[in-house]
Amino acid sequence: MPHRILIADDEPNIVASLEFLMRKCDYEVCVARDGDEALQLAETFRPDLVLLDVMMPRRSGFEVCRLLRENPALRPMRIVMLSARGRDVEVGKGLALGADAYVTKPFSTKELVAKVRELLLQPA
Amino acid sequence: MLQGWVIVVTSFAYLGLLFAIAYYADKRADAGRSVIASPYIYSLSLAVYATAWTFYGSVGRAAADGVGFLPIYIGPTLMIALWWVVMRKILRISKANRITSLADFIASRYGKSALLGGAVTVIAVIGIVPYISLQLKAVSNGFLILMQYPEIVMPAKVGAVPVAQDTALWVALILALFTIAFGTRHLDAAEHHEGMVAAIAFESLVKLLAFLAVGVYVTFVVYDGFGDVFARAAANPDLEPMLTPLEGVAGNYANWVWLTILSMLAIMFLPRQFQVAVVENKDERHLNKAIWLFPLYMLAINVFVLPIAFGGRLHFPAGIVDADTYVLTIPMAEKQELLALLVFIGGLSAATGMVIVETIALSTMVCNDLVMPVLLRMRSLRLNERPDLTGLLLGIRRGAIVAILLLGYLYFRLAGEAYALVSIGLISFAAVAQFAPAALGGIFWKGGTRRGAFAGLLAGFVVWAYTLLLPALARSGWLPIGLLEHGPWGLELLKPLELFGLKGLDQITHAMIWSMVANLGAYVAVSLSGSPSAEETRQASLFVDVFRGAGSAGGARFWRGTASVPQLYNLLARFLGSVGADEAFDAYARARGIAWPREQLPADAELVHHVETQLAGAIGAASARIMVASVVKEEALSLEEVRNILDEASQVVMYSHQLEQKSHELEAATTELRAANERLKELDRLKDDFLSTVTHELRTPLTSIRAFTEILNQEPEIDAAQRQKFLGIVTKETERLTRLINQVLDLAKIESGRADWHETRVDMREVILDAAGAMEQVLQEKAIRLELKLPPRAPPVRADLDRMTQVMLNLLSNAVKFCDQAAGRIEIELSERAGWLRVDVRDNGPGVAPEDREIIFEKFRQVGDTLTEKPHGTGLGLPISRHIIERHGGRIWVESKDEGACFSFTLPLARDAALDKAA
Repeated sequence: MPHRILIADDEPNIVASLEFLMRKCDYEVCVARDGDEALQLAETFRPDLVLLDVMMPRRSGFEVCRLLRENPALRPMRIVMLSARGRDVEVGKGLALGADAYVTKPFSTKELVAKVRELLLQPA
Repeated sequence: MLQGWVIVVTSFAYLGLLFAIAYYADKRADAGRSVIASPYIYSLSLAVYATAWTFYGSVGRAAADGVGFLPIYIGPTLMIALWWVVMRKILRISKANRITSLADFIASRYGKSALLGGAVTVIAVIGIVPYISLQLKAVSNGFLILMQYPEIVMPAKVGAVPVAQDTALWVALILALFTIAFGTRHLDAAEHHEGMVAAIAFESLVKLLAFLAVGVYVTFVVYDGFGDVFARAAANPDLEPMLTPLEGVAGNYANWVWLTILSMLAIMFLPRQFQVAVVENKDERHLNKAIWLFPLYMLAINVFVLPIAFGGRLHFPAGIVDADTYVLTIPMAEKQELLALLVFIGGLSAATGMVIVETIALSTMVCNDLVMPVLLRMRSLRLNERPDLTGLLLGIRRGAIVAILLLGYLYFRLAGEAYALVSIGLISFAAVAQFAPAALGGIFWKGGTRRGAFAGLLAGFVVWAYTLLLPALARSGWLPIGLLEHGPWGLELLKPLELFGLKGLDQITHAMIWSMVANLGAYVAVSLSGSPSAEETRQASLFVDVFRGAGSAGGARFWRGTASVPQLYNLLARFLGSVGADEAFDAYARARGIAWPREQLPADAELVHHVETQLAGAIGAASARIMVASVVKEEALSLEEVRNILDEASQVVMYSHQLEQKSHELEAATTELRAANERLKELDRLKDDFLSTVTHELRTPLTSIRAFTEILNQEPEIDAAQRQKFLGIVTKETERLTRLINQVLDLAKIESGRADWHETRVDMREVILDAAGAMEQVLQEKAIRLELKLPPRAPPVRADLDRMTQVMLNLLSNAVKFCDQAAGRIEIELSERAGWLRVDVRDNGPGVAPEDREIIFEKFRQVGDTLTEKPHGTGLGLPISRHIIERHGGRIWVESKDEGACFSFTLPLARDAALDKAA
C-alpha cells in the first residue's frame, strides 16, 4: 500500500513542487489549502505524513499541529513543518508541539525527500 | 572766493550728501542689514536736540547772560539720569503697542481716543511752528550775512523784503521738498525711517565738528587759550554782567530752575525727540550707552560757547553785530573763508536736521491722528470701500509737510523779529511741555482719565497761548500793544505777562508756572471727578504695568466678538499691501505652529488684537481701532467685566501658583517619558514584525525557485510540457521576488523619508490616460471594459508624476485583479470639489468587507480566500499608495457596495490654481 502524504500549504507553486516530489516517490498525495481543510483531510484521508506549512491563513500551522496531536487516533501520523521562519524559537516551538521535523524554506529537495522517506520507515 | 554761487552749490552738495546717506541706509534696511542698529548712532541721533538755536543762539544768549545759556543743556543732562526709569518704560510701552508718534502714545493711553490724538497734534503743530521759523531765520540770516563777505552787515528787518525775494521762503520750500524726499518715499508699518536716522547721526557729527572748529579757532588762534579769553573779558567792564549771572534779582534762581525743568520736559516731548528716541529706537539696550554718550555730546558742543561769546563781545563794538551770529562773523572778520563756509554748513546741518525730523514727526501725527480719523468717520467719502489707501496716506503726509513749513515761514514773517532766537525756541519748549502731565501721569497713574487729560491739555495750551504767543504777536505789531501793558479790557490782573500779579519773573518762567498749574490742576481734578471707561482702564493697566509682564497678550484678553479671517486679512492688506499682510499673518501663524495658509487661522481675539496692533503701526492706534471695529462685530465688555478680569489676574497668589506649576511640570514630564517609552517599544516591535514578514515573503518565492530548479536539474525524465510549466513557474516566481524586493525598498525609502520627490504641476487626466494605456493589453486579454469619466479640463496638482502614475497603476491593477472574472467592468472618474481633486476607481468585483477596509492598506495584508491568483500581488501596493497620497496631503480609502469596490483618493489642488478659481 502506497504511503499517503497530505500537503498543507497556501502557496500553489510550492504545493506544485511538493506534489511533484511526492508523486515521484510513488506516494499518494492529497492537498489542503488552509488549516481547516488540513484538519478535515487529516481525518478523512488519514495520511501517513503531513507536510505542514506554518504560515497559513485563518489557522496557523502550529495550531493545526497541536490539534492533530491532541487526537489520539492520529498519533502515528508524522508531521513535518515547513516554514520560511527558521528561528530557533520557532523550531523549538514546532517540535514542542509535536512535530517530527521542522524544515525551513527554501529547502533542499534532496534533503526533504530523504527526511520524508526516513520518517515513513520508522515504526509507528 | 565766497561768492553767492559757491555758498549755494556747497549747500546743495551737502544736502545731496545727506540724501545719499539716507538712501544708502534705507537700502541696507530693506535688505535686512540695518546700519543704524548701533548705540552710537542712536546716541548721535538724539543730538538732533541741538539745532540752529544751539549753533547760533547759545553764543547769542551767552553773550548777554554769560552762563545763563546753560540750563537748556543741564536739563537734558539731568533728565538722562532719570531716563533709566522713565524712558525705558516709554520704550517698552511703545514697542508693545506699536506706537508711531507722541500723539499716538497719549491717545493710546487714554482709550485710543481720536479726540485726544487730534488735540495733541494741533498743540504740537502750533507749538513747533515758532521753532521751525527759528531755523528758517537762522539759515537765511546766515546765508545773507555770508553773502556780504567781506563786509559784515546784519540782514534787513524781517518783512522788509518782498516775499518772492525772501531767502527764508526759498529755504522753507527747499527744505519741504527735501523732507518729502526723505521721509515719504513709502509707508513703513512701524514708522521706521532708517535713512533719516542715519542722515541725522551724520549731521550731528558735522555740526559738532563745525562748532568745535570755530571754537578751537577762536580760543587758540585768535586768542591764546581759555585763560587768555577769560582774562581779557574780566578786564573789560562792559562784560561784567556776563561773568556774574547768578547775582542779581532773586528771580534768577527761579528762572534757572524752571528753564532746567522746561528743557528736561523738552528732551522727552519734542516731537522730534520722541521720534528718534522712541519710535526709531531699535534696541532698548542702546539706552545704556546713550545715557552717558548724549551728555558727553552736550558737553562737547557747549565747551566753546563762552569763549566764542567773549571773543565776539571783545571783537565787535557793542550793538553792531548780532551776538547770534558770532560763530559766523568772527571767522569772516578774520578772513577765514573756509572756516566761515564750514560754520555755515554746520548751521545748515543743525537746521536741516531739526526740520526734517520735526516735520516728519508732525506730518505723521497730522496724518494718523488728525486727518485720518476725521476722514474715516466721514461716511460720504466711503473710505472703507477703497482697497488701497497707501497713496492717500502718503499724500496727506506730503501736504502736511509743505503746510507746516509754510506756517513756519508765515510765523517768521509775522513775528520773527520780536525775539532773539533763544526766546523763540523756548516758546516751543513751553508748548510741548504741556504734554508732560498727561503723558507722565499716564504711565505712572492709573487714575488719569481721558477727560482729565483733555482738560489738562486744553487748560495748559490756553494759558501758554495767552502768556507767550499773544505777547509775541503783540510785540510784532499784530495785536495792540495795550493788551500787554494794561491787560484785556483794562483788567490789570489778566495782564498776559503778569498774570494775577505774578511779577518779576522771566516771561518763560511766568508762562511755565501758570500753564503747569492750569494743566496739572485740570488733569488731576477732572480725572478724579470722573471715572475711566472700560477701554481706558484696560489701556491704563497695559501702560502702567508694562514691566509686570502683562505682555501683548494682555490686550487680547479684553476682547470679545466675532470676526472673519478673510476680512481681517483684507483690512491689513489695504494699508500694508498684500505683501505686508502676508508677512504679518505668516509671522502670527508661525508663532502658533499653524501651517497657514494650508491650515486655517482661528478667528479669535488674539488674531484681532494682532491685526489691530499691526494696523496701528501704519495709521495710529485710534484709526486702527476704528478700522478694526468696522470689520469686526464686537461685544462691549462692561466695566465690571474688565475689573473682574483685572482682579482675577492680580489675585493669582504667586506662592502656591509656583508650587503648583512645579508639581504639574513633574507630572507632565513623567507621563511624557512613559508615553515615549511605550512608543519606542511599539516601534521596535513593529520593526521586528516587519522584518520577519519581509523575510517570510522573500523566502516564499525563493522556495519555489529552488525546488523547481533542483527538480529540473535532478529529474531527467520530465516531459517537455512539464518542463515548460516548471520553467514558467521559476520565471514567474523570480519576477515576483524582484517585484517584492523593489517594493520593500521603495516602502522603506518612503517611510524613512529618504525618497526623492520631484514635484511638478501634474495633470491627473494625463496620468489616468497613461495608466489606462499601459494596462490596455491586460484589459483586452481579460475582456474587461474600462470606462473613463474625465472632465474636459482638470486643474493641475503639485505632485510627483512618477508616484502618481504608480498609484494609478496600483489601483488599476487591483481593479483588474478583483473585478468580475466573466464580465469585468472598471470605471475611473476624475472630479473636482472645493479645492480638491478626487479620483475614483470602481470595479464590479466582490467588493471589500467592512472589517477589511483598513486592513488592506496594511503591509502584506491581502484580502482573503477569494483570490485565485495569489502570486501576482505583493501586499505592498496599497500601503505604498497610501504613503504617496498622504505625503501629497490627500486621503485614500475604499468604499464597497454590492456591485463592487470603489477605491478613492483626493489631492489638494495647486494653490494658485485654487486661487484662480476663487478669483
